[in-house]
Amino acid sequence: MNLLPPSDSVFYLSNFNLNTAGKYMAYAILALGIDLLWGYTGILSLGQGIFFGLGAYCMGMHLMLSIGGDGAYQSDLPDFMVWNQVKTLPLFWKPFSSFTFSMIAVVAVPACVALVFGFLTFRSRIKGVYFSIITQALALTFWLLFNQNSLNLGGTNGLTDFKKILGYPLGEISTQRALFVITGICLILSFILCRWITNSCLGKVLIAIRDNEGRIRFSGYSASRYKLFVFVISAALAGLAGALYVPQVGIITPGQIGVLPSIEMIVWVAVGGRGTLVGALLGAIGVNWARSFLTSNYPDLWLYFLGALFIGVVLYFPKGMWEVSGKLKKVLRSRFKKKRLKEKQLV
Amino acid sequence: MDGTILYVEGVTVSFDGFKALHDLNFVMEPGELRVVIGPNGAGKTTLLDVICGKVKPTLGRVVFEQYTDLLHLHENDISNLGIGRKFQAPTVYTSLTVFENLELSLNRKKGVFNALFSRLSPMQRDNISNTLEITGLLEKKDEVAGLLSHGEKQWLEIGMVMMQEPKVMLVDEPVAGMTDHETEKTGQLLQKISKERSVLVIEHDMSFVRQIAQKVTVLHEGTVLFEGTVDEVQNHPKVKEVYLGRGDH
Repeated sequence: MNLLPPSDSVFYLSNFNLNTAGKYMAYAILALGIDLLWGYTGILSLGQGIFFGLGAYCMGMHLMLSIGGDGAYQSDLPDFMVWNQVKTLPLFWKPFSSFTFSMIAVVAVPACVALVFGFLTFRSRIKGVYFSIITQALALTFWLLFNQNSLNLGGTNGLTDFKKILGYPLGEISTQRALFVITGICLILSFILCRWITNSCLGKVLIAIRDNEGRIRFSGYSASRYKLFVFVISAALAGLAGALYVPQVGIITPGQIGVLPSIEMIVWVAVGGRGTLVGALLGAIGVNWARSFLTSNYPDLWLYFLGALFIGVVLYFPKGMWEVSGKLKKVLRSRFKKKRLKEKQLV
Repeated sequence: MDGTILYVEGVTVSFDGFKALHDLNFVMEPGELRVVIGPNGAGKTTLLDVICGKVKPTLGRVVFEQYTDLLHLHENDISNLGIGRKFQAPTVYTSLTVFENLELSLNRKKGVFNALFSRLSPMQRDNISNTLEITGLLEKKDEVAGLLSHGEKQWLEIGMVMMQEPKVMLVDEPVAGMTDHETEKTGQLLQKISKERSVLVIEHDMSFVRQIAQKVTVLHEGTVLFEGTVDEVQNHPKVKEVYLGRGDH
């Protein structure tokens, strides 16, 4: 993998930075999904962590099975199962030894959960804050469920100690670079997909639902079907993000997918800017960068900073930072124009 | 019910015991321009809500074009059958442009995947331009609908319903809050529309009713009080008593 700049270039990323940058890009994919759902359609889901988690666990299960006999107990079973005295591999784990199956599952499992949940809620016309509360309750439920040892997904410790992916050792920098590049490609493709959706007539229907859901039915559109579609897409993107996150971060636990992470995901998009896609993408990367910076330099300040950032943005820039940058550009441009006009008049 | 486009029989709607409509019978023929008047609380808007599926009645039935029972259908299905609704307060999609508002209302397949892959055909573009011209919004076609004036929003919404090419258009107080000039223009617009389709208008403004109406239905306390021409209505003693006499019209 020589696609990345050499070590003496300014664009060179150390192994650690490579991993964190890859993680941010994975988060950005998820943020795109939230923007489609919240920014464009006006549906605030406080349970996106669930879909992220489902994708991440599907990937994690595959990576656990790829360890084979290299684990601490030299058993074919994942270490935590040996520890928990599980004798045979649970049935639902078995298909995840196939890479192809796992890659389909990381997207299909969250999409199916979103399909069933969304069908039931949107059909009953549950919306607005009620929908948000239900999704939050669902996030809590999933968090509790994944904490159970009896579910055979590693309980509170989650899945970790991954060794290799498709035979390539995860510890090697070349593998990590490849994962970084793949994540980047997935981000670009996700962005193109979302942009295509928002530019199509469907994108206009989504905005119309946000503006006036009651009216759209009288224009002949089934609002619930459109909402279901965009909910499933956002879940699939979150699942993809989870799957890209796991091999780069090396661990997935219930703590990364519950209520709090789900809210943080919303904050990324709120800070970056809703309804623009670019804002959500930059928000996810920016906020997480700030998080890494602050938690390593001023560990006590991070939560205060996050809170202040969220409140500040909501109060002063309700459309997010991307909007601010757009306005700044406009102001500068008009100033520049005025100046030139004056100069012309003087001449 | 032979030859009717709308057939409303014995409809009762009650909200927590209050009967907004009480055993109401109402019939409309194809091509008719009908005006429904009545004092506040007579059930005019509720009648439209029942026809377009927004409110489900406790009793009675609503039949469209003699064979289609509307009571078991969703709002979007009723809309796609050819019943268009214009609401009292102008409801347009405020963050979309005027053009996009009309585009969304086009009479075409409205499934999710249809919307994802659909492109405007030249004919549909012409259709939209035509509606922009009729409603007088051609110059504002790229403006965001939220920035339009009240009257313009009303025209846009009428335009949106026209784009649906409905067989019946339900129009709720189209000239409320309009200037005299705007009111007259709206009247002409509705008359033009009614040449191609049936139109059911709710209105308070008697001079406006006089401008457009052929046949007037008077509602009172959720049921039909009288039906006739404008002159007959204005000279009917009971109508005078419940409605006209009290107002300043």
